[in-house]
Amino acid sequence: MMSTDNNKVKRDKPWLMRTYSGHSSAQASNQLYRTNLAKGQTGLSVAFDLPTQTGYDADHPLSHGEVGKVGVPIGHIGDMEALFDQIPLDRMNTSMTINATAAWLLSLYIAVAERQGFSQSALQGTTQNDIIKEYLSRGTYIFPPEPSVRLTTDIISYTVENIPKWNPTNICSYHLQEAGATPMQELAYALSTATAVLDAIRERGRLDAAAFANVVGRTSFFVNAGIRFVEECCKMRAFVALWERIAKERYGVDDPKLRRFRYGVQVNSLGLTESQPENNIQRIVLEMLAVTLSRNARARAIQLPAWNEALGLPRPWDQQWALRMQQVLAMETDLLEYGDILDGSPIIEAKVRALMEGAEVEMQRVAEEGGMVQAVETGYVKRQLVASHTARMRAIENGELKIIGVNCYTETAESPLTAGSDSGIMKVDAAAERMQIERLQAFRAARDAGEVGIALQALEDAARQGDNIMPASIRCAHAGVTTGEWSGVLRNIFGEYRAPTGIDISGAAVGRADRVAELREQTRRTGEELGRPLKILVGKPGLDGHSNGAEQIAVKARDVGFEVVYEGIRLTPEQIVKAAEEEGVHLIGLSVLSGSHLELVEDAIARLSSLGLTDIPVIVGGIVPPEDEQNLKARGIAAVYTPKDSDMNQIMADLVNIIRESNGLKRFENAA
Amino acid sequence: MLAQRALPDPDTLAESVSGRDRSAVARALNLLDDRRPEARQRAARLLATLPRERLYTQGHLIGLTGPPGAGKSSLTAALITVWRRRNLKVGILAVDPSSPISGGALLGDRLRMLSGQADSQVFIRSLACRGEYGGLSAEVWPMSLVMLAAFDIVLVETVGVGQKEIDVSKLTDTTCFVAQPASGDSIQFLKAGIMEVPHVLVVNKEDVGTAARKTLAELRASLRSNPDAGDWQVPVLSASAARGSGIEALADSLSDHRDWLQQNRLLKPRRHRFQAEWIIKRLHEEFGWFGIRALGGEQDLLAQLTTEQESPFAQYDALRERLLMNWKT
Ligand code: B12
Ligand SMILES: Nc1nc2c(ncn2[C@@H]2O[C@H](COP(=O)(O)OP(=O)(O)OP(=O)(O)O)[C@@H](O)[C@H]2O)c(=O)[nH]1
Repeated sequence: MMSTDNNKVKRDKPWLMRTYSGHSSAQASNQLYRTNLAKGQTGLSVAFDLPTQTGYDADHPLSHGEVGKVGVPIGHIGDMEALFDQIPLDRMNTSMTINATAAWLLSLYIAVAERQGFSQSALQGTTQNDIIKEYLSRGTYIFPPEPSVRLTTDIISYTVENIPKWNPTNICSYHLQEAGATPMQELAYALSTATAVLDAIRERGRLDAAAFANVVGRTSFFVNAGIRFVEECCKMRAFVALWERIAKERYGVDDPKLRRFRYGVQVNSLGLTESQPENNIQRIVLEMLAVTLSRNARARAIQLPAWNEALGLPRPWDQQWALRMQQVLAMETDLLEYGDILDGSPIIEAKVRALMEGAEVEMQRVAEEGGMVQAVETGYVKRQLVASHTARMRAIENGELKIIGVNCYTETAESPLTAGSDSGIMKVDAAAERMQIERLQAFRAARDAGEVGIALQALEDAARQGDNIMPASIRCAHAGVTTGEWSGVLRNIFGEYRAPTGIDISGAAVGRADRVAELREQTRRTGEELGRPLKILVGKPGLDGHSNGAEQIAVKARDVGFEVVYEGIRLTPEQIVKAAEEEGVHLIGLSVLSGSHLELVEDAIARLSSLGLTDIPVIVGGIVPPEDEQNLKARGIAAVYTPKDSDMNQIMADLVNIIRESNGLKRFENAA
Repeated sequence: MLAQRALPDPDTLAESVSGRDRSAVARALNLLDDRRPEARQRAARLLATLPRERLYTQGHLIGLTGPPGAGKSSLTAALITVWRRRNLKVGILAVDPSSPISGGALLGDRLRMLSGQADSQVFIRSLACRGEYGGLSAEVWPMSLVMLAAFDIVLVETVGVGQKEIDVSKLTDTTCFVAQPASGDSIQFLKAGIMEVPHVLVVNKEDVGTAARKTLAELRASLRSNPDAGDWQVPVLSASAARGSGIEALADSLSDHRDWLQQNRLLKPRRHRFQAEWIIKRLHEEFGWFGIRALGGEQDLLAQLTTEQESPFAQYDALRERLLMNWKT
């Protein structure tokens, strides 16, 4: 029954409901999208595979093992057409998680709309297009900051003029929380990023005041909501208030509508566990409350992870379950019938104020570093994030931060959810990569090479002369240019970048001091027995950008006395093996979370054996399903660690013992 | 049954290293790092077997130092590109600080030195300074020698401001100091004579504009001559690792200094002196001034060591032996 005394407030419109998805091929993903829409999903959220996000064609050597794995591969206009087959783009609201190659994917989207017979001005949707957080957390950057920010601003200027309903950039704090950020840090760094981008547009001076106010109005955000949902709700209110102030005071925007903090959400996944994965359902629902409770700070679009987040990719049924959570909240509960139920609470008010004050101090700190771009380049912000994540890991380890099923209440009955023959996750068709390459090569053979050459030349000219990149890119899209070709032209002009790793934080060891002391002693003694301090290499092979695990392992290993070589994300197995040899390490630890562990580890092992380095033990960490773990061990991998191995002290003790055994020394017993 | 790993045979290893085999260089560096007595003997044998002229008269041993964040690693990367274009084989020793508490270290300098492709003609070893020998660990000297046997250029990168960077100038043919724009530190140190004048000075980050130009002007104005450099005119250069500008000129200046050393017959004596100092320093660490005096005092030792021209470990071990014998009797 509907309540009658609802103070005559108009029922709020439900937010957009999406599911972040895409896999294998454009055709398969199109199928999935159409089923999801039929189930009541109201918008699309496209997940691209890593080659598409980092600008490589499917047949590039770096794409090996990654094609169609964590998202849909889009190599050219043919793929984009197939992806939206029978989905009329004038009526669809599409969010694309795309950054370094955002201008390119948006161009393909525009070109497809034009082929479907619509004008680009009818399009609605979002390009994530926030490069700053790629350097800090997400990892799919290509070019150095300066040209990257230029590409970002090109997209913004272009869409504000030509596609008025497009959200050209979604400034992200989501990924910062996933890399360990506190609510205060999320606020400070996201807002500092927004001002860095808007300042850059203002400095280019190509827009009048009204157009610039529109740019401010079109700026939207993508945030996170963690399990501490009261605080998270306050964080959202703080965002609203701070953004309002920045828009008014810094940018002089008069129209209150253009000062509204508009945001979409994906709720926290970092806290979703591999152990007792059914508990993730509660977590997801509570987190959703954080971004919906307060009407004046309510999300405009929500996508939820699935219960099996820490196990692997979700199946259609898992995604359906996540969508139904949103529908139940929006349609069965009375939430949308009220005004803001938190207005006037002094407790909420105080918390919001505290968050705002903390964020303002940190924003000032960033400004002193020379602004967000500079603070990224010097590694300042990344170090803050790594330090926060280290603090979180320590709190989990010493029990201050309780995670049910992980560091308390670990007793459990067998879960029926993972009992099925698919172990409860989606497996991407192993033939997907080969088939994508075949389609790509057929497409290349059939296109007009002359037109491609002319379009690429025009792209190069625009990039060099500082013209807006969009018109030339749309032309490339129509001409049949591929993702790798578009990115290749820009790589040649702008160069490539490697971001600071941020692991050079001052050392406060994770874990209880006594275990750390014992581990240090074991590390030191083993080093003495082997003649030199123990040295390990932590490597991230492939296009995978998940750096949290590698960073935390590196910092922890340093703190227990290892000499640690860590060179950041996105290296080839060849580079990693070369480094391991040159550095003379006692152990190699590979970290892979993107699902391409089998291909990459096999490649690394083959290279080690061709160099005669089979005596260096190799271990693997990341998202590795149980049967793959067996497979890896059969190929000689000494140990495999997954998210359930949350005891870092135990991992360190193992490393020492693995090194001891492979060098003919006796294991330390009951270590750590 | 547990089997201890065998140590490499020094003679074969020396042969492969002089044949410029990368894997052999890696194994040789591991051996030099190994402090077990058996390994020390083999390491001594290895160093004694490597071709003497390569170690003491050929190649170019460069020290690159400067304050944290000045862009040493980025400049090294840029120099590598230039050297590779000139078809030179390059070895890098990147020295990073260790944590005084845990003894552990994060060795991340390779990061900025990576180019897109793995290049088999560039070899990078990072080394924790392990809290000894000022800012440099004791292994740097013998490791440099091994690398000289296999590469045309060997560059040692260390953090240094003020006193500390003197360490690297006591090991290398050519010391290059990288100055940070808008940081007065290096100028103050130079003026006050706290910092020895390097052979080549470079202000990085010229792309930032005014601040870099100002620092450049100040450095040029405050430069004294390097007392141990004779009539070598210290160039003060401007470059940008980020833009790749000024790097060719930097590479030229570095190799000019080497030519100058060569023409003045200073290269070989310089390396011998550094080796002698390295040995004395290590003896001093182990036995104190008492030990040095028992061996005849620093001056005598220096004179003796620079004429003998043995491998460093052989010399060190012989002196050590002499001391221990003295004390026994
Ligand atoms: C955080 C996170 C992110 C962050 C990463 C931030 C960062 N800088 O690391 C962000 C938001 C950026 C992100 C992005 C993406 N993610 Co993500 N992400 C996660 C998440 C939620 C947690 C991973 C994590 O950091 N855990 C905390 C760390 C400390 O744990 P860990 O890495 O597992 O490490 C532990 C062990 O595994 C082990 N270990 C790991 N490495 C090593 C190495 C050594 C030497 C040793 C000894 C041990 C060891 O020890 C650690 C301690 O316990 C997982 C799901 C989950 N809950 O696990 C998905 C997950 C890994 N992501 C996934 C995907 C698909 C993506 C995207 C590719 C999506 C897309 N299409 O764009 C993007 C792109 C990322 C990219 N560039 O590659 C998938 C991967 C699917 C698969 N393997 O089949 C997962 C499993 C989620 C899912 N179910 O879909 N993600
Ligand atoms: N603007 C500009 N920045 C540069 C240049 N060279 C390096 N940097 C930046 O300066 C910072 C430090 O660069 P590194 O090469 O790591 O400096 P380093 O001296 O090796 O630093 P440490 O290893 O910490 O001692 C990074 O943020 C670089 O991006 C340059 O030529 N111009």
